[in-house]
Amino acid sequence: MRSLSLIFYLLAALTLAGGLATVLLKQLVHCALAVTVAFAGLALLFLQLDAQFAGFAQILVYIGAVAILIVFAILLTRGSDLPKDGVFSKTWFLGLVIAAGVFAVLGWAVLASVSAIPQQNIVPSVTVRDIGNALVGGYVLPLEIVALLLTAATIGAVIVAMHEKERPK
Amino acid sequence: MTSMTTGIGTPLAGYLLVAALLFAIGLGGALVRRNAIMVLIGIELMLNAANLNLIAFWRFGPHPEALTGMMFAIFSIAVAAAEAAVGLGLVIAIYRHTGTTELDKIDRMKG
Repeated sequence: MRSLSLIFYLLAALTLAGGLATVLLKQLVHCALAVTVAFAGLALLFLQLDAQFAGFAQILVYIGAVAILIVFAILLTRGSDLPKDGVFSKTWFLGLVIAAGVFAVLGWAVLASVSAIPQQNIVPSVTVRDIGNALVGGYVLPLEIVALLLTAATIGAVIVAMHEKERPK
Repeated sequence: MTSMTTGIGTPLAGYLLVAALLFAIGLGGALVRRNAIMVLIGIELMLNAANLNLIAFWRFGPHPEALTGMMFAIFSIAVAAAEAAVGLGLVIAIYRHTGTTELDKIDRMKG
């Protein structure tokens, strides 16, 4: 069993620093940049886990699309103006306690049960050809459903964000 | 091998703890921030943490050649992209209607 390597700690630190900066920074544009760093760190962690396809899909979808979408939304809603009464809500302490509690429970569950899970360390030799064959083979129904969902989401997002027509009064 | 498969030092536990911490950060961001876009970003971070769990379980599971966890993560990424598009579209629609994205000020069901 290989233990954790230095590169894992570096990537984990990068990802978590990006996540923390996202939550803590005041300017929304800076938050969008920080969340891009977190997405990139996660993509590198996927690559470190020998999941090449998922890693590159993460880069394409999250850094290429979602981060750009977030920046567009920030600029379209004039989110770069700082609000007068702070960026954190009045009940920020409660939120912090809930998040810390959730982490405590999850961490306890991981540490308590991880020795019971059978762990292998076979380096999987999965090529993109295997993934493509699986997608049009056993996973063809989920693939079609995701295609339908993406079409519906694209049309729905355009309709929701479209200009409202002037209602007759 | 038996001495190293328990505890925090195993790779699976490391990845799961990173995912748990990222999930907690995203949850904290979604609960604490006032801006609707920041709440959506927090939700994206939580979804990503779940994806990291799926990939880690796939990698260290007994049958990585079965591709189940990897497929789950890929579909999860696609669904998260659809969620982000609709969510940000809703934020833009709400901003156009009320002139703000501060969640404290959006407190009426009937605009």
